Amino acid sequence: MKTYEITCIQCPLGCALTVSVDGEAVTVTGNTCPRGAEYGKKEVLHPSRTVTSTVAVENGVLPRLSVKTRTDIPKEKIFDVMQVIRKTTVTAPVRIGDVIIENVCGTGTDVIATKTVDKIQN
Amino acid sequence: MTYHDLVIIGGGPAGLAAAVSAHGAGVKDILILERDERLGGILNQCIHNGFGLHTFKEELTGPEYAERYIEKVLDAKIPYKLKTIAADISPEREILYVNSKEGAVTVKAGAIILAMGCRERPRGALGLPGYRPAGIFTAGTAQRLMNIDGQSVGKKVFILGSGDIGLIMARRMTLEGAQVCAVAELMPYSGGLNRNIVQCLNDFNIPLKLSHTVTQIHGKERVTGITISEVDANRQPIPGTEEYFDCDTLLLSCGLLPENELSKSAGITLDRVTGGPVVDDRLQCSVPGVFACGNVLHVHDLVDYVSEEAERAGAQAARYLSGENTSDGYVKLSTGFGVRYTVPQMIDVKNMSDEAVVRFRVADIYRGKSIVLYYGDKQIKKLKKRIMAPGEMEQIVIRKDSFDGGIPDSIKVCVED
Repeated sequence: MKTYEITCIQCPLGCALTVSVDGEAVTVTGNTCPRGAEYGKKEVLHPSRTVTSTVAVENGVLPRLSVKTRTDIPKEKIFDVMQVIRKTTVTAPVRIGDVIIENVCGTGTDVIATKTVDKIQN
Repeated sequence: MTYHDLVIIGGGPAGLAAAVSAHGAGVKDILILERDERLGGILNQCIHNGFGLHTFKEELTGPEYAERYIEKVLDAKIPYKLKTIAADISPEREILYVNSKEGAVTVKAGAIILAMGCRERPRGALGLPGYRPAGIFTAGTAQRLMNIDGQSVGKKVFILGSGDIGLIMARRMTLEGAQVCAVAELMPYSGGLNRNIVQCLNDFNIPLKLSHTVTQIHGKERVTGITISEVDANRQPIPGTEEYFDCDTLLLSCGLLPENELSKSAGITLDRVTGGPVVDDRLQCSVPGVFACGNVLHVHDLVDYVSEEAERAGAQAARYLSGENTSDGYVKLSTGFGVRYTVPQMIDVKNMSDEAVVRFRVADIYRGKSIVLYYGDKQIKKLKKRIMAPGEMEQIVIRKDSFDGGIPDSIKVCVED
């Protein structure tokens, strides 16, 4: 059996949760509400995060384009995804919502633009 | 001198939402003045997600949240001037603005909405000892340099202050390959949101050192390290607790200050606690026809509340311009135990809308206590709260029909068991 000590982020209360995993059985203690139990389970079994960053832009009115993963991705993939994002350069114009990297690191989710960067006018 | 019905100072989240709301309420002659090169304000550099859960029921990044309001402003064809700074406002609602195309121009406004936002408390206001080497940034400056300009800020970072921007930057710099040594917080609790502590610090094993402060900055040309010390109950460093960290960068996330130089020049009364204008339930300042909303009024933790407040300011400015500007005397809101301030600071009971939203911050962490509203000695409302913290804004709604017994001598908000 493995136990994890985590802080619940469902509300400002910030309960200190103890999550025990024993094969298939997961028990959460320390929570004050059902939302805490649910959070504790997911956070231990399938922790995931949305990654946000920027990529370089060529010929744009701005040097950087802000991007995000369209959905949350497994937490352990964060740094792999960042590696790919860091090597990416796009050419303006880019519209908000445009796909910048398809199926990043095989996560099944795309990295998309979160702002519009127009082409520079000469 | 040209005239506009409504001039809005600032094109960030507050200014944009106020403009859209005033336009929707029938004000057609609006001008937004924005000093940056684009609309959107601070949201442009807040590339992380977590915005809009209240307003749009989805989790957006800062630029996405800004884009929604910018589109509304463009759709309504509301005029705005970029790279234009308001330099002065007179009590007669004359605004002097400056830009490189027109030079210095004075415009007269029927009504003004102040939406200038806030700025960060700089190093000079913190009294940190040591030389002034390169490598000391406010967290927001570092955020702008990285996210807008694409500059690298540092490789080994220490962060003083656990405000949300500091926590967000701890994660951001870690993702960009920097090493974040630790975050030190003077107070025994964090000033940031819980989820930011979990997702920005715990995720990356960055220590949060509560009740600690920086007691020496080392380095002459560039930061080479810092010394921190534990502080006692009076926030004084305890000798013998010094700890040295090798680093090239120090980020400061030690509080935000509403930016009210213009309000002062207009002769507007400011609240000593919030640093923002004293307003009534219409969000009107002490100078008639001037309204305030967003972080210039008081510092918010969620942009969703800024938008909501700004929409009210826009609607009230429209009401003022249509001639509904009587006031029959105010009842001052007073603060009791545990409540640091209220916004608004006073209510025109006779002419108020059906509801007045009163926002405030508490002075300490309170578990299982209640927010209580009194009219004179009579308890009107009691809201039980599982937890309240200084980092999270609280609110209580005052309903017009709660004044059945006439206009009270005093209205008080306080924390009780």
